[in-house]
Amino acid sequence: MQPPPQSRPASDHKAQPFQLRGSVHTILCLRLLAPTDPEFLPLLRDKVAHSPDFFRDAPLVLDLAPVADTPPIDLAAFVAELRRMRLFPIGVQNATPPWQEAARSAGLALFGAGGSGSFPDRAASARARPAPPAGRRGAGLVITEPVRGGQQVCCPEGDLVVLAPVGHGAELVAAGHIHVYGPLRGRAFAGVDGDARAMIFCDQLEAELVAIAGVYLVAEDIDPRLRGRRVRVWSEGERLVMVPVP
Amino acid sequence: MSQVIVVTSGKGGVGKTTSAAAIGAGLALKGKKTCVIDFDVGLRNLDLVMGVERRVVFDFINVINDGIRLHQALIKDKRIEGLYILPTSQTRDKDALTREGVERVIEELKQDFDYVICDSPAGIEKGAFMALYFADEAIVVTNPEVSSVRDADRILGILNSKSRRAERGEPPMKQHLLLTRYDLERVARGEMLKLEDVVEILAIPVLGVIPEDDAVLQCSNNGMPVVLEPKSIAAQAYMDAVRRLLGETVELRFTTPPKKSFVNWLLRRSA
Ligand SMILES: Nc1ncnc2c1ncn2[C@@H]1O[C@H](COP(=O)(O)OP(=O)(O)OP(=O)(O)O)[C@@H](O)[C@H]1O
Ligand SMILES: [Mg+2]
Repeated sequence: MQPPPQSRPASDHKAQPFQLRGSVHTILCLRLLAPTDPEFLPLLRDKVAHSPDFFRDAPLVLDLAPVADTPPIDLAAFVAELRRMRLFPIGVQNATPPWQEAARSAGLALFGAGGSGSFPDRAASARARPAPPAGRRGAGLVITEPVRGGQQVCCPEGDLVVLAPVGHGAELVAAGHIHVYGPLRGRAFAGVDGDARAMIFCDQLEAELVAIAGVYLVAEDIDPRLRGRRVRVWSEGERLVMVPVP
Repeated sequence: MSQVIVVTSGKGGVGKTTSAAAIGAGLALKGKKTCVIDFDVGLRNLDLVMGVERRVVFDFINVINDGIRLHQALIKDKRIEGLYILPTSQTRDKDALTREGVERVIEELKQDFDYVICDSPAGIEKGAFMALYFADEAIVVTNPEVSSVRDADRILGILNSKSRRAERGEPPMKQHLLLTRYDLERVARGEMLKLEDVVEILAIPVLGVIPEDDAVLQCSNNGMPVVLEPKSIAAQAYMDAVRRLLGETVELRFTTPPKKSFVNWLLRRSA
């Protein structure tokens, strides 16, 4: 039996002097359609002047998708101009390697494909996620017998479906989604190859641990109101979201 | 056709030996020629519980390793016709149980007996593994208590993956749940799991529910299987389990508190 896949906590241990938690923020996104246009900065300044309260010190992500095919501009100087308008650029998304380089030297974080959590705008981040390599979603696996404590069921290519109870101390591991039509009392690791779009579904949530693409929640951190409920789990940024389903 | 049944649990002290002795004796009382084997090498409780410890000359380990013949080690029970015990060694360790040796003994017993009952040691190590490897059926013993139920679940996984049947891809081992030391009052107070909860978690058919009963300890101290005290509720519950094992349909008893009848009430009032 193999050890469970490498994981990192969704919330760190309380004994540490800090706490690392995933969170979701709505962040303004500035799409750079034509950043070299001489009217770019004056027009933006106008726009900001119209609602200064709304824009004051607003964190900003620069979306570089429209300029992917053009050579990078001097991002450090550009950022300095935006700061002067009291905008606060914190990172870029959809950056090609040359733009990533420019962003790094300007002290900007890489969101989306080039970095970690890409959650400024759900639709954009979904687009930004890399498509799974062809054939990655391979054969699924359907298990009809109970999965007992100490057993591990692994579906390295696709979705794992279990039509029976999953006991305490049992482990489900899948590259894709995990469905349990029965109580899930053990541990479930979905999207183990890093597919953050993988989800976990179960009829009766009693899990010891659920993880998607390495982000996990242990029983203690699961909302007690969800215990025993039929639940869907997915990942948003570095956070797992769990909702009851009818 | 001979059946090999392992009595197993994972967790220790839940009542495996008590149950192996009671069910083995019960099967013999029902006319089935039965042998109970002690796999708990180094501890050796079965012969004590069955009251034959003073008649042990050779044991299971001698038969496997030392060229002793099976009939020299088998002990015939003096009270119940058709009941035999194969005791184990108190001085050797589990490494003395080789797979080939165990197989040879079990195959030989199958020629002669209707039922071979293997009393497993606790844990999931070699002794437990040897006891379950050749079995056709398993009686999984658990108490109404969380850690024992979890270990039972664990053992069920091992039965499904590590037995000879599983390795050969043969039809899966038949599995039975035996819930022992069921204390109705403590269940009612919420201190112990209800039968329904245990069944929900383990999801296998119930062979029997054995109530907590002082008669069990008294009988084992006197070296007799509890079924020889037929008035005790434990004996009745074990005999019900034996009948189910033989294919009869028998209602579960002793799983709900007895009705407090008017007569009882009167009796208690006048007492
Ligand atoms: N129904 C019962 N009512 C009361 N006491 C019981 C009952 N069943 C078992 N016991 C007691 O529980 C104790 C353990 O029983 P037993 O030796 O059969 O367990 P075991 O599972 O074989 O233990 P081990 O794992 O050490 O082999 C004994 O003292 C026995 O008398
Ligand atoms: Mg024992």
